Amino acid sequence: MMAYLRALRAIIWREMLRFLHQRERFVSALVRPLVWLFIFAAGFRAALGISVQPPYDTYITYEIYVLPGLAAMVLLFNGMQSSLSMVYDREMGSMRLLLTSPLPREFLLLAKLLAGAVVGLVQVAAFLAIAALAGLTAPAPGYLTVIPALLLAGLMLGAVGMLLSSTIRQLENFAGVMNFVIFPAFFLSSALYPLWKMREGSEWLYQLARCNPFTHAVELIRFALYGRLEPAAAAWVAGATLVFLLLSFWAYNPARGLMPRKAGAGEG
Amino acid sequence: MTAALSVTGLRFAYGKDGFALRDVNFAVAPGRFTALLGANGAGKSTLMGLLTRLFTPDQGDIRVCGHDLRRNPRAGLAAMGVVFQQPTLDLDLTVRQNLTYAAGLRGLGGRETASRIAALLDRFVLSPRACDKVRLLNGGHRRRVELARALLHRPPLLILDEPTVGLDAPSRRDLVAHVHRLCQEEGVSVLWATHLFDEVAPGDDVVLLHRGAVRARGSVPDLLAVSGASDLAGAFQALTTEGAAA
Repeated sequence: MMAYLRALRAIIWREMLRFLHQRERFVSALVRPLVWLFIFAAGFRAALGISVQPPYDTYITYEIYVLPGLAAMVLLFNGMQSSLSMVYDREMGSMRLLLTSPLPREFLLLAKLLAGAVVGLVQVAAFLAIAALAGLTAPAPGYLTVIPALLLAGLMLGAVGMLLSSTIRQLENFAGVMNFVIFPAFFLSSALYPLWKMREGSEWLYQLARCNPFTHAVELIRFALYGRLEPAAAAWVAGATLVFLLLSFWAYNPARGLMPRKAGAGEG
Repeated sequence: MTAALSVTGLRFAYGKDGFALRDVNFAVAPGRFTALLGANGAGKSTLMGLLTRLFTPDQGDIRVCGHDLRRNPRAGLAAMGVVFQQPTLDLDLTVRQNLTYAAGLRGLGGRETASRIAALLDRFVLSPRACDKVRLLNGGHRRRVELARALLHRPPLLILDEPTVGLDAPSRRDLVAHVHRLCQEEGVSVLWATHLFDEVAPGDDVVLLHRGAVRARGSVPDLLAVSGASDLAGAFQALTTEGAAA
């Protein structure tokens, strides 16, 4: 048991150290949602009226509406960036170091995902703190109840990233995946507009958005930020996390997975 | 006496016809330095991928200190230390941080590990650089850090995949000498993949891999006797020429 805890601590510690050394990554992780919050949302507040809907008890401004969606966006980018670092790690070989540990491979991959989720949590905390300084706040206990929601959503998005990292051969292919994963996930969700609003525009887009795990991650975070658990969203996110996790375990399994086809394996 | 590493009937193919290894058999005796000699494309890296469980063989067995890598991978991995061909250090972390991370990955920690790290830093003359970021180290020093890292958990078997790639001549000699001393002084068993003949000492064992198959194995004098050559380069030439006997 001690060995597992030590390994988990080492993996989280390394991920945090790496994150702290990459200041540009931290700055861009913060600037991105802040631009959306203070420029895009300010412009849109007039165009989009939000009626009273759970978990909100009263009319809210658009900035307050998009706050959880932007927190989820931070996690989305972080999850994809972690997978980018996994592709990098694999090309650089440090993923091989991880996989030669005598601890079970599933545990090591899960620890790596958890480490990524913790880094995401730190980024979201910084984002919410700046938003709070600008007067965009949630009820105080919400900042605690949102933590498990953020960790679970972070795990799910990290697992998507890990699955992608196992199927992408080279770093160069990654930009395309960003476009095909991040943008559809974000825009086809309730991050920027309530789904009923989307339904007014298009029924099939609404149905797509309803099946998008990212929508449920946003809603889980939105309700948790107001001290409430949204069971359907929690079930969706937990289920999606499990599916993506199992798929990435499969992909990193030396016997059945995709590793033998990786570049570099056949040299020498 | 159980071999530190034994490979039996190993076969591996990329896709349907892309045979990388065919019926590979050899063993690393305890406390011996065994050179896995082969040109580029011979299948060394594929073999290393199988030995470190990056992927599993289509057929055949790998045993590390008696542990079957397929049935009991964790015991097998616990008994080996690996120096990879590509650099695997975190450049932005210090030397000590890299070692502490690697120890944690293997479930090691606490005071004993800290003193083990200090002893290894001393042994490899890295103590003055312990708090430097790896980025500031030259290639030779980086390799020494990787060697120290591979020895953190006192493995009985050390596997090195072309560890001298990219090193200048003095660093290369230094590393080769270090690892030979490890064998002699501490009884560590070594499998050292290389294509450079001068890294093999007269008292070493050799496994000669060519086009995915073992062409010859034995001590250096054995190989010279079989091939009738006067040096290892000549023996390699003779034994890898098409039609040469295994």
